[in-house]
Amino acid sequence: MATKTQIPIVDYLVLGDDPHLEATECTSCGARYFDRRNACASCFGTDFTTVDVPTEGTLRSFTIVTFAAPGVPVPFVAGIVDAGGTSVRTNIINVEPDDEHVKLGMPVRLATYSLGTDDDGVEAIGFGYEPC
Amino acid sequence: MSSDDIYILGIHMTKFGKHPDSDVVDLGAEAAMAALADAGVTMADMGILAAGNLMNASAGFGQQLQKQIGQTGIPVFNVANACATGATALRTAIMAIKAGECDMGLAVGVEKLAGAGLLGGGGGGGKSDEHKWEPSGRFGAVAGVDGRIGTAAMPGTFAQVGMEYLHENDYSGEAFELFARISVKNHKHSTLNPLAAYTKEMSLEQVMGDVMIAYPNTRPMCSANCDGGAAAVVVSGAKLKTLSKEQQRRAVKVSASVLTSDPWQEACQVLPDVNTLTRMAAEQAYEQAGVSPEDLDLVELHDCFATAELVHYDNLMLCEPGGAVDLFESGATWRDGSTPVNVSGGLESKGHPISATGIANIWEVCHHLRGEAGDRQIEGAKVGLAHVIGLGSACGVHILESSAA
Repeated sequence: MATKTQIPIVDYLVLGDDPHLEATECTSCGARYFDRRNACASCFGTDFTTVDVPTEGTLRSFTIVTFAAPGVPVPFVAGIVDAGGTSVRTNIINVEPDDEHVKLGMPVRLATYSLGTDDDGVEAIGFGYEPC
Repeated sequence: MSSDDIYILGIHMTKFGKHPDSDVVDLGAEAAMAALADAGVTMADMGILAAGNLMNASAGFGQQLQKQIGQTGIPVFNVANACATGATALRTAIMAIKAGECDMGLAVGVEKLAGAGLLGGGGGGGKSDEHKWEPSGRFGAVAGVDGRIGTAAMPGTFAQVGMEYLHENDYSGEAFELFARISVKNHKHSTLNPLAAYTKEMSLEQVMGDVMIAYPNTRPMCSANCDGGAAAVVVSGAKLKTLSKEQQRRAVKVSASVLTSDPWQEACQVLPDVNTLTRMAAEQAYEQAGVSPEDLDLVELHDCFATAELVHYDNLMLCEPGGAVDLFESGATWRDGSTPVNVSGGLESKGHPISATGIANIWEVCHHLRGEAGDRQIEGAKVGLAHVIGLGSACGVHILESSAA
């Protein structure tokens, strides 16, 4: 039986023993991005390198979404994490979704979870940040 | 008046709310014809038409409108700029006059949104119900990212904008209650505006006890989807000099007309940065107009959510940097305060028919500057500012001054 393979929810999530996010960094100005780039929005450069984003950070902003588009399970906590100077859009997971448990400025770390397995036996892995 | 100046000659907004028997062209025609009548001119005088209807942005709304109210062969610019579409239409007409291509123009914005649900979000990446995980899009997503990697829907996006401001300014109070009290203000203001979609006063308990959409925004803290149209006739100062004394008296000077987009900032592609481009637009507008924030008798700003109103106090420099909470707590932004904000009721109660909004807020300011605002008149208003944000982003800021002199 073949080993079960995994695929990340987005291509900037790196799986393995030490799951982490990676960013596309402009070699001339240092601006960081998570999407496929045509050029740098800050300096218009076209030369990029890949850098690891720290797995720990602080919660810079959040919302607790209780009303979303059809098919999106609620409630969930959405937030912006300052990961060592790189801002990351994420869900805050493994926490009660209320303002007693989710606090501005709280320290968080990257965590992964399974999104399920497809017909070919491939497991998709999602990520979020959890309190630490 | 200076020949180089630009003036609003006539302006109109329809009742905001539900218009089941009118289509977008009906609402546009109502707004445009009333604005022309208010200006004392006709379509024959118009040198340009700039029109926006965001939900049907490829439909050629401007030409559809012409076919109902007057086809004269003038250039039509159909514009789309998210929630700043109306301001963009106005800005387009103003630019045409400034460029010397014509001396009068018409800007129209209309939307039918009554009953529309949540806007934004829900997209991105592959479908979650597929049985094969396949990367797609610019993030190589194998599943929908909205709800899995944060939120792109409007209520949550703007909730984070407000919460981020509190975090940056070390706010230690109750965030939910603070933002709810901003909504209480705007709902109270709306009781004096017969054209608002909702005109009910709401207590703090009612606002906080309503359905939570995206913490800390409950339903009455979100802009109201509704139908509506607004239109404005703009004229050059040189042309205005040839018109009647009454037209000159009621004309409102456009002291500044500015449109900006996002300059790149760290994180601006992670959480939309509605702050930097608004501050840029405000700085440019104050400089163009030779006006300072203290001179403003009223401000209509883009409170698409209660959380957004707070940050724009700061972005529009109505307070010291970081001082938005203190400004609100001082009572300054209530209609009897030193800088009344959203005396129309704002988007939370007046409503937000997207493309109409950026002209309707100009209408509100003009109404006061002309001394025609009835029960909600800000006495002696001479200078006002209107602001809109279209997420993505586009920011329009206009500063208006009464020309009565």
